[in-house]
Amino acid sequence: MHVSKDEYDALLKQKSPNSPILKDILWAAVIGGLICTAGQGILNLYKMAGLPEKDAATATSITLIFLGALLTGLGWYDKLAKHAGAGTIVPITGFSNAVVAPALEFKSEGLVLGMAAKMFTIAGPVLVYGISASVVYGLVVYVFHLA
Amino acid sequence: MEYLRAFITGAIICGLSQILIDKTKLTPARILVTYVVLGVVLTGFGLYQPIVDWGGAGATVPLLGFGYSLAKGVIEGIAQSGLIGVLTGGVTGAAGGIAAAVVFGFLVALVFKPKSKS
Repeated sequence: MHVSKDEYDALLKQKSPNSPILKDILWAAVIGGLICTAGQGILNLYKMAGLPEKDAATATSITLIFLGALLTGLGWYDKLAKHAGAGTIVPITGFSNAVVAPALEFKSEGLVLGMAAKMFTIAGPVLVYGISASVVYGLVVYVFHLA
Repeated sequence: MEYLRAFITGAIICGLSQILIDKTKLTPARILVTYVVLGVVLTGFGLYQPIVDWGGAGATVPLLGFGYSLAKGVIEGIAQSGLIGVLTGGVTGAAGGIAAAVVFGFLVALVFKPKSKS
C-alpha cells in the first residue's frame, strides 16, 4: 500500500493517541468543573437557608454524595464517567460512585460479605490513608505546638 | 464570578487528574487515595486554604477537599481535647461525608438492581 506523506500525516493525526488524550482532558475539566459549580450552587442555597458556613459545607458534601449514589443506582453516573473520566472520579460524587458501584455489582453474593463489604473496596483504602494522614498531621501539630 | 471561580478550580483539578490517569495509568482507587492524602498534606502546609478561599466548592468538592476536612478537623480536635483530638478530630471533621456515603450507599445498593456493563 502506497501512501503519500500528506496522506500518511493525515492518517497519523487521525490515529494518534494525542487527540483522544486532549479530548479526555477537556471532558474531564468541563464535567469536573460543572460538578463543582453545582456544588457551589448547593452551598449557596444552604447558606441562604441560614446554615452557618461549616454546616453548609457539610450539607453540600452530603447532598452531592446522595446525588452521586442515586445517579450510580440509576446507571447514569457510569455512562457519564465513560466520557468524563477524572471529571467524574475526582469530585466527591465519584467517591460515592466508588461506594455504590461495587456494592451493586456484588449484591448477588449476599448482603453482608457481598454488598456491604464491597462498599469499601475503594472507600476503605481512602479512609485508611486519609485518616492515617490526618493522625500523623495531628501528632506533628500536637508535639511541636503548631496550633 | 463565584461560580466561575468554582468552575475554573474544579476544571483545573479534574483536568490535571485526567493527565495523571492518561500518562501514568494510575487506577482510580490510587488517584482517590493520593488525593485525600495530598489534601491533608497541602492543608497541613497551609497551601490548600488559599485555594479554598478563591475557588470555593471548586476546591472542596474534589476529593482533595475531603483531605482538607480531615486536616481541619484535626486542628479543631486538638484545640478542644488535646492529644485525644489527634485521633478524634479528623473523623469528626469528615463525619457527615463518611456517614452519608455509608448510609446512602447502602440504601441505593439495596434498592437498585445491578446494571449490565455495556
